[in-house]
Amino acid sequence: MSALHVPNADPAVTVTGLRRAYGRRVVIDALDLRIERGEFVALLGESGCGKTTLLRALAGLDPIQAGRIDAPGKPAVVFQEPRLLPWDSLWRNVSLGLPEHGAREAAAAALAEVGLGNRLDDWPRTLSGGQAQRVALARALVQEPELLLLDEPFAALDALTRIRMHGLVKELVARHRPGVLLVTHDVEEAIRLADRILVMRDGAIAAEHLPETAADPQRFRALLLAELGVQGSAAA
Amino acid sequence: MSSLDSSFGVRRAATPQAPAAAKRVRRPISDGQHRIGTRAHVALSWIAPLLLLAVWEGLARNGWIEPQVLPAPSKVVATAWKLGLHGTLLRDLGTSLLRAAAGFAIGGGIGFALGTLVGFSRLAEALIDRSVQMIRAIPFLALLPLVIVWFGVGEGQKIFLVSLGVAFPVYINTTLGIRQVDPKLLELGRVRGLSTALLIRRIVLPGALPSILTGVRYALATAWLALVVAETIGAQAGLGFLAMDAREFLRTDVIVLTIVIYALIGVLADSLARLLERRLLAWHPNYGAGR
Repeated sequence: MSALHVPNADPAVTVTGLRRAYGRRVVIDALDLRIERGEFVALLGESGCGKTTLLRALAGLDPIQAGRIDAPGKPAVVFQEPRLLPWDSLWRNVSLGLPEHGAREAAAAALAEVGLGNRLDDWPRTLSGGQAQRVALARALVQEPELLLLDEPFAALDALTRIRMHGLVKELVARHRPGVLLVTHDVEEAIRLADRILVMRDGAIAAEHLPETAADPQRFRALLLAELGVQGSAAA
Repeated sequence: MSSLDSSFGVRRAATPQAPAAAKRVRRPISDGQHRIGTRAHVALSWIAPLLLLAVWEGLARNGWIEPQVLPAPSKVVATAWKLGLHGTLLRDLGTSLLRAAAGFAIGGGIGFALGTLVGFSRLAEALIDRSVQMIRAIPFLALLPLVIVWFGVGEGQKIFLVSLGVAFPVYINTTLGIRQVDPKLLELGRVRGLSTALLIRRIVLPGALPSILTGVRYALATAWLALVVAETIGAQAGLGFLAMDAREFLRTDVIVLTIVIYALIGVLADSLARLLERRLLAWHPNYGAGR
């Protein structure tokens, strides 16, 4: 995969020889991965292929059995659910873990970026699903992370909200320029957002694509679906 | 979001010592033909108790009920007025409240401390929980004779009994509340790099608070019950003393008065706990008064 690297770039994370096992069951083995700052990488795969396991390892949530993960800073994570603390106002949620001094101002700025700047003191339960996920995004970005990990953050949203979120995420990532790893099973989402698409199968990276260089979007989509084990949808 | 909501739902349902969470649903009652408005419904619900009081008053005044058996309500009110002016009523009330407060503070403190320890640590659970559960199996009022042997019939006996009654509901609900904090939120806390102290302050305790407050509310009722029993047995002051003293002289009006006061304070304590819930749990859809 080194063929696709921009040489001498600024890595947000470098993974070498990663191995993750649950007891005897090896989920990920000998995995290498490098994500540059400002690069948007989508990780596609069927459920159970190990993509969420990889994300959790990168987030430092699970121990790894072998290999190295080198990241300059603490990664930020947006989960599939917003995971807002229901007992804290929106700004307290966004500033969770920040030093008290200047926390409200930082949270206000981040919430304004996701279009919720007028709701600093509201409770999370007053939000719609899309708004809650935007707060989660603000909470991740307020950390100014070098690496942003997105674990199917749009999967639970309705189609229209998802499209709006895609636009918002793209804009925010362009502005803050973290390295991004988006775990998803949505091929369209990967094509729309990513600079580079990785297809994961059986705990290893099975294929790597640059959507920009794909000549025929239809065929590219069919190719990705085929790599994910979905046959016969090429004509669609 | 649904995972959060459902976890709280489970908490309410699974709280073993919680009194059935009687949420008053006020909606017009339909009997097929007539619909009764909310106001009318409330007014109507007061008719029966007031009628009962009136009948009692009537029967007592006409001598159908002996004053030694049950004095008229008006007589009880008059007695309250007299004893209040006289000064002994307020002093006895104060004594009783002080005992309840002391017992509540001691028992609640111990219950909360042990509950927190067991909620957090598997080791503490292994060491403590079984013993606590075994002691809890004893109806605490059954310990009364033993407690009297230990403490005599002084203040110690009363405060001990109240503490005992309070400690268990607080312990159980604290442990349960901490256990039921959403693990996904704890994971979030770890991702954000929170220290253990911050994790407890920002996530664990707020998450356990609804359950803890349920325990406190239940404990208030138990504390009061324990006090009534403890005071009825050998006291030199307090509401229970007032009642037992009155019994000697067949002063049923005073006895009824103490019963009414016990009831009123019970209601008052419960409203206080509810107020606390509404204040502290304003974020919670089941408690919050809205914004």
